[in-house]
Amino acid sequence: MISLSEYLILGALLFVISVAGIFINRKNLIVLLMCVELMLLAVNINFVAFSHFLGDINGQVFVFFILTVAAAEAAIGLAILIVLFRNRSTIDVDDLDTLKG
Amino acid sequence: MSFEKFLFYLFAAILVGSALMVITRRNPVHSALFLVLAFFNMAAIWLLAEAEFLAIVLVLVYVGAVMVLFLFVIMMLDIDLATVRAGFIKNLPVGIVVAVLMLVEMVLVLGPKHFGLGKYAAPEAAPADYNNTAELGISLFTQHLYALEIAAVILLVAMIAAISLTLRKRPDSKRQNVTHQHMVKKKDRLKIIKMPAEEKG
Repeated sequence: MISLSEYLILGALLFVISVAGIFINRKNLIVLLMCVELMLLAVNINFVAFSHFLGDINGQVFVFFILTVAAAEAAIGLAILIVLFRNRSTIDVDDLDTLKG
Repeated sequence: MSFEKFLFYLFAAILVGSALMVITRRNPVHSALFLVLAFFNMAAIWLLAEAEFLAIVLVLVYVGAVMVLFLFVIMMLDIDLATVRAGFIKNLPVGIVVAVLMLVEMVLVLGPKHFGLGKYAAPEAAPADYNNTAELGISLFTQHLYALEIAAVILLVAMIAAISLTLRKRPDSKRQNVTHQHMVKKKDRLKIIKMPAEEKG
């Protein structure tokens, strides 16, 4: 039988891969957004696994809401990306310094 | 090793491999396609964990909508791949170090010692007439109805925000204004001027 720790370690593995992706793809905003999606997926597997092992449907309800918010985030993020590209003709994170932050 | 476990490791291996491809490919289109593969394998793993409804939702919403949106945006933007890739090698060591550290820490906590089968016994397989969608629906529409309505409003706000962010007036386009055309009156177009009749020469 598949144990709970196998699900959790798979989620951890996926999470660190997307963290590494955020480090190495510092220039490309699109791949950064994809890494965030991957991170949310890695978190969701924990909810699903705990829901399965504890026999509690509320974990899956939580995943449902995370999927909703992630879809909204992707839509708005990509819209901002398009507006950014129209104004600056670049998606390089280092060039986005007009706020002087 | 049972067949179920074999399937789990197969899907997990493809999932991790495609996640690695997502972060290392040069072309963002390839990254997006590997992310689709990762979503499919994650859906399969969720099926193994008896979350059938969420597995189908993951394929429908993520592969069907979000990733198509990603691909559209990638193809709309004209990205210079050479500048985008600069710094890849420079940031690689620190990325690997952070990732390995985080993984070791998390495996120490999440390993079989604390979350193994001894601590959390594998649950009984659900009976054949168990309906995951109905269970989830009953929970969503009774206990979590308020949260569901908030989620609906979040989606509406996201839709309005995405449209209003990207909508732009183009002053150079020669589009016709239909309302304006309908509202036009005779006096706007036709001008009658009085002039004396011409004398016959």
